[in-house]
Amino acid sequence: MPEDLVERVRRQPQFRELTRKRSVFAWTLAVAMLVIYYGFITVIAFWPTLLAAPLVDGGIVTLGFPLGIGVIVTAIVLTGAYVWRANTEFDRLNERIWEAVQ
Amino acid sequence: MKPNRLLAGALGLAVAGLAALPAFAAGALEGTAEKQAVNITAIVMFVLFVTGTLGITYWAAKRTRSTRDFYAAGGAITGFQNGLAIAGDYMSAASFLGISALVYGSGFDGLIYSIGFLVGWPIIMFLMAERLRNLGRYTFADIVSFRLRQTPVRVMAASGTLVVVAFYLIAQMVGAGQLIKLLFGLDYLYAVMIVGVLMILYVMFGGMLATTWVQIVKAVLLLGGASFIAVMVMAAFDFDFSALFAKGVEVHPKHQAIMAPGTLVKDPVSTISLGLALMFGTAGLPHILMRFFTVADAKEARKSVFWATSFIGYFYILTFIIGFGAIVLVSTNPQYLDVKGGLLGGSNMAAIHLAHAVGGDAMLGFISAVAFATILAVVAGLTLAGATAVSHDLYASVFRRGRASDAQEMRVSKYATLVLGVVAIVLGIAFEKQNIAFMVGLAFAVAASANFPVLILSMYWRNLTTLGAVVGGFIGLTTAVGLTVLGPAIWVKILGYAQPIFPYDAPALFSMIAAFAACWVVSLLDRSTAVRDEIRRFDALYIRAQTGIGAEGAAAH
Repeated sequence: MPEDLVERVRRQPQFRELTRKRSVFAWTLAVAMLVIYYGFITVIAFWPTLLAAPLVDGGIVTLGFPLGIGVIVTAIVLTGAYVWRANTEFDRLNERIWEAVQ
Repeated sequence: MKPNRLLAGALGLAVAGLAALPAFAAGALEGTAEKQAVNITAIVMFVLFVTGTLGITYWAAKRTRSTRDFYAAGGAITGFQNGLAIAGDYMSAASFLGISALVYGSGFDGLIYSIGFLVGWPIIMFLMAERLRNLGRYTFADIVSFRLRQTPVRVMAASGTLVVVAFYLIAQMVGAGQLIKLLFGLDYLYAVMIVGVLMILYVMFGGMLATTWVQIVKAVLLLGGASFIAVMVMAAFDFDFSALFAKGVEVHPKHQAIMAPGTLVKDPVSTISLGLALMFGTAGLPHILMRFFTVADAKEARKSVFWATSFIGYFYILTFIIGFGAIVLVSTNPQYLDVKGGLLGGSNMAAIHLAHAVGGDAMLGFISAVAFATILAVVAGLTLAGATAVSHDLYASVFRRGRASDAQEMRVSKYATLVLGVVAIVLGIAFEKQNIAFMVGLAFAVAASANFPVLILSMYWRNLTTLGAVVGGFIGLTTAVGLTVLGPAIWVKILGYAQPIFPYDAPALFSMIAAFAACWVVSLLDRSTAVRDEIRRFDALYIRAQTGIGAEGAAAH
């Protein structure tokens, strides 16, 4: 890539907007996922009895199941959220950058 | 075209050979007692799958003309298709049979593994998918060497790739042989050879296009079969989960303990170390990373990950229901148990017996054939990744310094496929009686400790230098392998010493820290003259990673 193109893209206000918004969003989601997963793992490692508690008094289903399945569903929902915003807002910004430097 | 005629001949031979084999294999009486009776339904279904996939390979061979076709299916795979193919790469026979067996044996603990395997995907999505597509061409070494020195970086990346591929491939080949012996009543030797020959045919002639479609077909079959079994299990309990769980707790020897974390999780360090290997290993598996280069642009790459995450998550929920279904419907039926009350054929047979319990011989045959197909598709992907590291990274970039023609590189990639395939068959036979349980874990640990740190730093950290990347990558690689050798899995169980030198099974926590620390320290201390240019070129990498301007195939916009 020619250096003047690099410079031109970098000076686009949309480029700064895109990289800022995207990195804040992506890192927020990534940290959320890491906290949820390692939180789950930490509970398993240190307080396994917490997950063995019944969901409803006297019931057979333990708290661990909705939490475990919840981690799987959260993983899918968070990736979906990222794709949705990236396909609309971020791609629009990116198109404007492409148009501006061409 | 010559290759096609050859392929058509091979197709006929393979099908004919397969049909002739059972009679042949049934005559051989050696091997372990686990070998099952010849399973005709399964063999018919499997022959159908093989015929279909060789047809796909024939079709793909006509469309595979350039290296871009061979390595990346011409960049023409859609996000949805690629998502299915990625899910297919990930839903190996080991995860289908292994995780349902884990649930069968210890209930809740199986879920912990599934979650660990899944959570790497969101991270790949948020931090890597778009950048991978924007920066890469055929291998992850393309990205690492974007602004660093080609030769040392590619040698390091190719080493990481080949080590991961080797361990993963051995584990799959041995697993394939054992499983096929079990399911089809074929001899181990023939099973390994059939897998090896078919995988060579797929990859050599059909390249990435055939490998991708074989993977898609298999993913659809596996998801369909697993859905059917899970629905049948739930139907037996009027779709009431608490009824299923209540029955499971009643009949399982561990009773209420299967509803909570149990003995599988030994200590916090092992748990976290394994979690790291599963999560970041996924982001460093060469055959998975390669799939990001088969789609048109970053948008399709994003969609791929979303579909892959959804299918994999759905699949793990299914395996969980299947494991519980097996507790309820298989462990209570003496037809599936040996005299000691264990599962006929071993604990990995839980899902297979359940297929029979809910769908009779037809479903048993179908699931057995799908399990075989699963191994085939996964080994094909691994072989392609290994061959690409040899032909694209080592031959074209290092040995010929970028001066090889497309045709020359193609030829080398096909020879590399053939050699890798033969090596895989030989190793599969050599490791038949070995304890290979540690190998997939080791593959993930090396991917997390050698490939992932270097790849992520090259995309995110401006100050990474060639020396830092190479030293860090090799330290991650040797630490992961070294600690595994000194750990309980090899030092005690295989070498027979009383005490392990390194106390944990999973080395990733330590080897990842070693790799990142080495990349960081060596890069900062690196005073070579090239460093200023390498750091300056980060700007171009950053712009391309963010916008896709200048990306491979981007002209199509």
